Amino acid sequence: MSVIFEKPKALCDVDTHYCPGCTHGIVHRLVAEAIDELGVEGQTVGIASVGCSVMSYNYFACDMIQAPHGRAPAVATGVKRAHPECVVFTYQGDGDLAAIGTAETVHSATRGENITVIFINNAIYGMTGGQMAPTTLPGQVTQTTPYGRDVSYSGNPIRVCEMLSTLDGVALAQRVAADSVPHIKEARKAIVKAFKNQIEKKGFSIVEVLSTCPTNWGLSPVEAMQWLRDNMIPYYPLGVYKDIDDKQ
Amino acid sequence: MEYKIKIAGFGGQGILFMGKVIAGAGLADEKEVSWLPSYGPEMRGGTANCSVCISDEPIGSPLVVKPNVFLAMNRPSFEKFIDSVEPDGIVIVDSSLIDEKASRTDVRAFYIPATELAEKNELSGLANMIMLGKLLKESAFCSKQAIAGAVESCVPKSKQHLIEYNLKAIGIGESL
Amino acid sequence: MSKRVLMKGNEALAEAAIQAGCIHFFGYPITPQTEVAAYMSKRLPKIGGVYLQAESELAASNMLLGAAASGIRAMTSSSSPGISLKTEAISYMAGSDVPALIINVQRGGPGLGGIQPSQADYFQATRALGHGDFQVLVFAPSTVQEIMDLVYLAFDRAEEYRVPAMILADGMLGQMMEPVVIEKPQTSAHEKPWAANGHKNVRKHNIINSLYLQAEELENRVVERYRRYEAIKAKEQRAEEYLMDDAEIAVVAYGATSRIVKAAVKEARERGVKAGCIRPITLWPYPTDTIVKYRDKVKCFLSVEMSMGQMVEDVRLAVNGAAPVEFYGRTGGVIPEPGEVLDKIMELGR
Repeated sequence: MSVIFEKPKALCDVDTHYCPGCTHGIVHRLVAEAIDELGVEGQTVGIASVGCSVMSYNYFACDMIQAPHGRAPAVATGVKRAHPECVVFTYQGDGDLAAIGTAETVHSATRGENITVIFINNAIYGMTGGQMAPTTLPGQVTQTTPYGRDVSYSGNPIRVCEMLSTLDGVALAQRVAADSVPHIKEARKAIVKAFKNQIEKKGFSIVEVLSTCPTNWGLSPVEAMQWLRDNMIPYYPLGVYKDIDDKQ
Repeated sequence: MEYKIKIAGFGGQGILFMGKVIAGAGLADEKEVSWLPSYGPEMRGGTANCSVCISDEPIGSPLVVKPNVFLAMNRPSFEKFIDSVEPDGIVIVDSSLIDEKASRTDVRAFYIPATELAEKNELSGLANMIMLGKLLKESAFCSKQAIAGAVESCVPKSKQHLIEYNLKAIGIGESL
Repeated sequence: MSKRVLMKGNEALAEAAIQAGCIHFFGYPITPQTEVAAYMSKRLPKIGGVYLQAESELAASNMLLGAAASGIRAMTSSSSPGISLKTEAISYMAGSDVPALIINVQRGGPGLGGIQPSQADYFQATRALGHGDFQVLVFAPSTVQEIMDLVYLAFDRAEEYRVPAMILADGMLGQMMEPVVIEKPQTSAHEKPWAANGHKNVRKHNIINSLYLQAEELENRVVERYRRYEAIKAKEQRAEEYLMDDAEIAVVAYGATSRIVKAAVKEARERGVKAGCIRPITLWPYPTDTIVKYRDKVKCFLSVEMSMGQMVEDVRLAVNGAAPVEFYGRTGGVIPEPGEVLDKIMELGR
């Protein structure tokens, strides 16, 4: 009997704490598959951030460091500068990367820090129970925007890939989604490329993955996928915002 | 003997540099030394001062509050520190910049036109070294060889051609 | 004898770290410690190291966290307001058992305060260098030579006990020049099998983490750490005793202030008052044993600080009511003069 599907080696054989229908599981798998494909688990150091994915240090089989809120790119910088031979990635949510950690994100990007950033954008703070995120959509109801996000009052959402694409140090800035098989296949390719870029010393690579939060959105997993397609993708268009390989 | 030296003037006159040369000379003579600058916005043109101690014993407080040597290179500094000098202390004043004299008579005060002498000898900016030369003549705070070595080590590697001018200025001070 | 060279305290902090094998430095400019960063930026690229100027003190200290978690000797430095920002990563490092070195060249506070020397961060260093139950080793040099010696010791002990360590200096020590002899440290870096630097397919993955959602598990972690702290308290207290043999007034002072105090103590003796000085070299652990040794022998203690009175509380805790404990201090960047300390000693000696 031949094995046609198995757990990636770079994922530990443990149950995760993620809610049913959450797309963290899908993205974890894609990251682990990339690590397996490139054969770099033994030299990889992952940086877990603060948010729902904080315990990803228990799920990835590579060495892991858990960073303070928003500082994963700074922690990754410290590891990478000390051990350039290591493959270093951060795994961060929208609150972590685009609110409290904006300075660390922007500056590690503009320095061209040779790291890989996996950015989960689900338009909400999941871990703390569903408050407004920097990426919460206009009109979106959350625990702290109970009347819907009023941009004239709470400000506008932030489009991270577009912003980072203007920086010289960025090798890859790509937005993908975890809502459908074709999109997930695209996401897998992007994540592999983001790791490959680092191995080839190309600089800062970020893959933004539009993700769902059925629990805090108050939707079933299937409805959440549809909500992502109907609401998030129009505001956060998928695509490659910067790829230094395109220029060459 | 412990030399407690206060050097004061404007930022840009080489006050801190002069202190470093003095400390470097003390080091070369195998004495205990300390050098403490005032720091902050002074370095951009306000008043600057530094404390230098040279002693046979380990230095206690590196902050000189009662100097027995005071080198003054502007009027505000002269006024600020002249009363703090210990009796019998040496006071050297750049009379090109300070038209005042000490009212007290219990110090050994010397008034030398260091800035004018520097200009006249095409040693612009080296009034500080002329002051230092005068101090060398009036006190035995260090040996002759020590001072030359200290100048050499304090002048940055990129400006080694200035060593000669510094030594010339010190010589002028010593001749006064 | 090795050659003596003149060096600023800040430069000595940097050179000592390099001698100790720390060739990764994450900095951010702030007066009066900027020479540490400047020195590192000049030296490190030439010896295969990394000087990186971070976007903030927050980032610098988290870069330190990453580098130290990956198993290398690394450090960061700042001055008071910047240290407040660095406390975030310091708490995480303490909670993850990551050894690293943090330098604080203190200036006046609170807020932006001033840039002149101060010792007003004593409470922060010894009580609250971040949130949570933890301590860091705190060393307080008083000469430029001692800066070098204590940097070596700080790296070594931080690694031995897996705790962050701090050198608590001040603007006067950082800015002043004194002769130093640069000698290689006696000890080398400790093995770090716990480090996160790639498992190379030969071991289970290492996790550097401070999160424990089960209360009992977190409690166990903290209690284990406090057992190490007890060992540190038993073994690592350090203090210098100056003219204490027959002293009736014990003046307690650390860092730059201790130099001023020693000058005053000497003068007091010339005037017939038997004063002595106890100089804590470690501020945590506090050299309680040294204070205890003298508490029944002296007439009184006097804590002299560049603050409104912080270390005096540790003196009182150690004296435990056995003798009066007085305080004299200047703050805001004002350096006390030997004369004012002398007046206070003479007043007590009457």
